[in-house]
Amino acid sequence: MGLRDWLGLRHELPHRRRLVLVFLSFAIPLILWSVVSYVPWIWHPLVHVTETGGVDYFSTGMDVDRAVFAQEIANMAKAGLKAPAGYRVNPLYFQPPHAVARAFYTAFTTPPRLPTEPWLHQSLGHSIRTIFWGFAISSIFGLPLGILCGTYRFFAKLQEPFIEFFRYLPAPAFGALCVAILGIDDAPKVAIIFIGTFFQQVLVIGNTVRKVDPSLIEAAQTLGARGLRLLTRVVIPASIGDIYTDMRILLGWAWTYLIVAEVVGTMSGITYFINQQARYRHFDNVYAAIAMIGVIGLGCDMAFAWFGTVLFPWKRRARKTVSRVKKFPARSPSPAAVPPPADAALSPPFGAENSET
Amino acid sequence: MSLNPIKLPDYREQSPEVAARFQKIRERAVVLQVRELRKNFSANGGSHVAFENVSLDLHRREFLCILGPSGCGKSTLIRIVAGLDEASGGEILIDGHQVSGPGPDRGMVFQGYTLFPWRTVKQNVMFGLQMRDKDANTADSEARQWLEMVGLAKFENAYPHELSGGMKQRVAIARALANEPSILLMDEPFGALDALTRCKMQSYLLQIWKKVNVTVLFITHDLDEACFLADRIMVMGTNPGRVLEVIENPVPRPRRAAQLLSPEFLALKARLDELIHGPADAEEEKLPVIKLTEAGDEVE
Repeated sequence: MGLRDWLGLRHELPHRRRLVLVFLSFAIPLILWSVVSYVPWIWHPLVHVTETGGVDYFSTGMDVDRAVFAQEIANMAKAGLKAPAGYRVNPLYFQPPHAVARAFYTAFTTPPRLPTEPWLHQSLGHSIRTIFWGFAISSIFGLPLGILCGTYRFFAKLQEPFIEFFRYLPAPAFGALCVAILGIDDAPKVAIIFIGTFFQQVLVIGNTVRKVDPSLIEAAQTLGARGLRLLTRVVIPASIGDIYTDMRILLGWAWTYLIVAEVVGTMSGITYFINQQARYRHFDNVYAAIAMIGVIGLGCDMAFAWFGTVLFPWKRRARKTVSRVKKFPARSPSPAAVPPPADAALSPPFGAENSET
Repeated sequence: MSLNPIKLPDYREQSPEVAARFQKIRERAVVLQVRELRKNFSANGGSHVAFENVSLDLHRREFLCILGPSGCGKSTLIRIVAGLDEASGGEILIDGHQVSGPGPDRGMVFQGYTLFPWRTVKQNVMFGLQMRDKDANTADSEARQWLEMVGLAKFENAYPHELSGGMKQRVAIARALANEPSILLMDEPFGALDALTRCKMQSYLLQIWKKVNVTVLFITHDLDEACFLADRIMVMGTNPGRVLEVIENPVPRPRRAAQLLSPEFLALKARLDELIHGPADAEEEKLPVIKLTEAGDEVE
């Protein structure tokens, strides 16, 4: 198993090796995280005090800087007092993997501190609803507009220059305006996600539709398709698979707008949860909540990708192309060796062309 | 120095059977009339003639090949006949009616297959029938019959990407024929296929053409292909694109591979070669020799 098997330029990897690499792509960051968390002499910049000794401002359970701790040990030795004791720890905001893993479960089971606060699942539900509406409203307008821009020069020239300009305006910049216009509840949040998604959506889908092979359209025209039918029977089906992929990517972008959207007006959803937990110094929950956004995002994307192969079977590129051509006998240049070509072989039943036509 | 030791007959000599066949073809109705067709391109601010003075009559069930080097405008010509490009002058009549825009009366087979990847083989063949609002059952059974004719009935539910190039092109032919066009336009349809598949496809095409009431206008730059398929061959030249000669093919039908070495075939091919590449003894352009490498055994 040479190096070239793994690192050959554009060299396809076999299935098993791909799986190993996929596993490693998650395992390597996890291992690094574990090393920093569990190997006591790596990083661990603080000392968790177990015995105060003679230091009057120490208390058991407090974390002090290692340099300070060492200084105090020296001071106590000089003064003839009892030295403090403790062990090295990481800061509280750096949580080890097992704590975050546990929080994945416990964050759901911990009741909120105040009766008015939502549970984690309610916060997540709220966030997903915000994303859904922002993305849905954007798609209702963006999808048809994008298809029109990609199909007709008229719409492309009428809309794309302005959209091109508008998409450079950062969506969060509209936060204050959205609150002024739409109030402080969910509406401005949905609006931020809409602004963040819509303009990209029109351009991206327009581009995808423009890439439809013009010879397919010409072929359809020679087969009698014209007008709106060219759009509905050729342009849209020819691009729908790629549009679907675009929509998956755009949905990913919508997720990245979620946190900015949720701080607009009254903070809500997963952002509110993360902020509250950070305030209570439950950093394990904070990490778990952030990771959950990733898990939900990736999970949705994978589900959509799978569903895409069901919806668009022709996009499943065959691994092995059926190759029936190979069995055709070669036409030999020597007349004696020529197997009668199908043309000649079939001629008796049809008779000579002259008499028949 | 003559490189022509074999004595070939005159390419205009026809056996009585072939002559009688051409006589019958000439008596048939004219399907396609091209009158004084001209096409200009504007490039770099100037206007440049792609081709001019192209006239042509195509009779019912005739097989005509347009042969020419690249740049002679043969593809533009067939696209204009299909209605995909506009002529700069002249007119085109199909069954006596002037052509404007593409239509199902002129089926087209492109070099690049152009099958709809989202439709199965059968659905591809059904496309034209659906565009003419045939009901689903009729379209279905007609599509099946066309697939049987091109020998792909077993693959009706396959997607185009699962087929080989030759099979894709057979589907494209079935799809064009399903519309029962009065003329089938083929723009170098076998150009993307390997040599062996190409030979096979030529035989297939002749078989299909024999069974179907269709006139064929076929573009190629391959001399053998033109000689093997055509009734008449229209040879075009470049700068500007124009018709050099329209030749009646003296090779009798039915055609078979063995005829590739028959005297008529070779005579025809020699004439086509002369038209396309200029006279055999014309001075060939010498390439500047930059580095001369000899094998060292005194054999060139």
